[in-house]
Amino acid sequence: MSALVPLPILIPLLAAALSVLLGRWRVAQRLLSIVTLSSVLAISVALLVEADNGGIVVHRSGGWPASIGISLVVDRLAGLMLVVSSLVLLAVMIFAVGQAGVERERIAFHPVYLVLATGVSASFLTADLFNLFVAFEMMLAASYVLITIGGRPDQVRSGMSYVVISLVASGFFITALALFYAATGTINMADLAVRLGELDEPIRAALAVLLLVVFGIKAGLFPLFFWLPDSYPTAPGPVTAIFAGLLTKVGVYAIIRTQTLLFDAPDWMGAVLIVVAILTMVVGVLGAISQDDMKRILAFHIISQIGYMVFGLGLFTVAGIAGAVFYIVHHIIVKTALFLVAGLVARRAGSSRLSEVGGLVHSAPIIAVLFAVPALSLAGLPPFSGFLAKFTLVDAGLAAESWIAVGASLAVGLLTLFSMTKIWAGVFWGEREEEPQSEPQVDGRTGVQWTMALATGMLGAASIGVSVWAAGLYDISERASIDLLERGRYVEAVLEVEP
Amino acid sequence: MTILLAFVAAVLFACGSWLLMQRRLSRIIIGVGLLGHGANLLLVTAGGGPGRPPIIDGAATGAADPLPQALALTAIVITFGVTAFLLALGFRSFQLTRDDRVEDDVEDRLIARRDAEGREGTDDPEVGPATDFEPGEVDQGAGS
Repeated sequence: MSALVPLPILIPLLAAALSVLLGRWRVAQRLLSIVTLSSVLAISVALLVEADNGGIVVHRSGGWPASIGISLVVDRLAGLMLVVSSLVLLAVMIFAVGQAGVERERIAFHPVYLVLATGVSASFLTADLFNLFVAFEMMLAASYVLITIGGRPDQVRSGMSYVVISLVASGFFITALALFYAATGTINMADLAVRLGELDEPIRAALAVLLLVVFGIKAGLFPLFFWLPDSYPTAPGPVTAIFAGLLTKVGVYAIIRTQTLLFDAPDWMGAVLIVVAILTMVVGVLGAISQDDMKRILAFHIISQIGYMVFGLGLFTVAGIAGAVFYIVHHIIVKTALFLVAGLVARRAGSSRLSEVGGLVHSAPIIAVLFAVPALSLAGLPPFSGFLAKFTLVDAGLAAESWIAVGASLAVGLLTLFSMTKIWAGVFWGEREEEPQSEPQVDGRTGVQWTMALATGMLGAASIGVSVWAAGLYDISERASIDLLERGRYVEAVLEVEP
Repeated sequence: MTILLAFVAAVLFACGSWLLMQRRLSRIIIGVGLLGHGANLLLVTAGGGPGRPPIIDGAATGAADPLPQALALTAIVITFGVTAFLLALGFRSFQLTRDDRVEDDVEDRLIARRDAEGREGTDDPEVGPATDFEPGEVDQGAGS
């Protein structure tokens, strides 16, 4: 079984190389991408089942022992993240194939997208802090290309701030790695978990905060989120969707992994995380309310939702982290679906501004339905997955007597509902304005292909699926959370010498 | 020796951070480069003092630690690639606008303008036109 572990990294990377060669034959390129991402999805499901039933799966590259070689590890959290991310990657690829413009005119789209998939899988699988850095860089380098793929002036402008802020985060990451190595002499996460315990408390605290800042920039935590709503909306529709759904969540995953595995969850860290979480939730949702563009409203909501996940982590209880994991799964699916709908709206109406679009419920009722399901889910109305995700978090917060955070999360939920109704009223209700005031986006062509609606519908169905099978998903999240808090299991599984 | 290297790393970090605050992309790129060098230097320094022999025939006692050097090499390659991309981006920006200044966010400017317009409409002196942020007038002097 452990032979399967490197495949989610290897398959898309090799396919990316092949995809460059197939650049002339667009149909072959598309087929390759879809086959690749489907097989990654299948392998991820197999790995999750194995990790859930048979315990942590460890792969040691080249058979070297963990402290020298490179280990790849699938535990329940990594498996769950892999499954959700490959599902979303596949859906967005189907959407992109249907959309004329992004992928048809640029040969680079498919290879770069596959490299992005490689980076995301590698970030979830690696058990080594330096490989996490390399995986992040792979993912980010691909995202730099995707965010500026049209070469339009607004893309170049937002691409600049995006690339520079990511590079600063990477610089901090290398610095953190150097300090970790200087302090402990290892960068294997399981090894670190053991050796960090021998250090003085202040040094450990400094390292913990440094890593939190590094991943906080990528995740969009409170004081470090400013780049996100600025840069995401300018990319082509499907690219924004995959960034919004996945990239920040990889940052959150890294925060969860490092703060639970490397450090023994001290009380002050929990307090810091909860304060940051409350501020992230509130500032994000207030930012969303002031916006006029649908994509930007949704981009600010990413920030506010990140706050919920970090709040769950900050409790450092089984229920709290289980809620956070459940929330991530729900959020990746719903957020990607919403951004795909924003792409559909921009296609259909030529703009995604609330003040310029209207009456889509008459002219495109399917888009309205595709928006309504994830939007109500994001706002947390029963019976959708967002309600269950928020409920588990609030329940965990009440159990941990963290009253302010619970109050803030409920108030933010209400404001989220408000801005979803604002989008609904602005885009779908009202009279259709005769002529769009701005130029149609991306390439001047409008019109919605059935594959685009299919891909969006797939994610909408997945979000309903999350609420139908909520009990099973919550159980897996809870077991994942127990694994995370009892870090001994992970450490043993990785360090255990191969017989 | 290590103190000297630590000092050099600190200077590189300081210069890099200062350059990052500039508005021109050409300066930012140099800043990113300096910051990367500082971080890589720190990584190499983490491997221990200089002057130790390499590992020969598996006898590792007293030998230099090769791992941080390998890590630093990887990090250098990554920084190199990304810097090349940034340069291309700066060149594209220069092609489009004859300038490599990083502009303010357009949408932020729109919201600031809406805010200013909203305030002009009211007679309430407390809400009056308090913002001095003029859309379109973006720090012309900064960084030059």
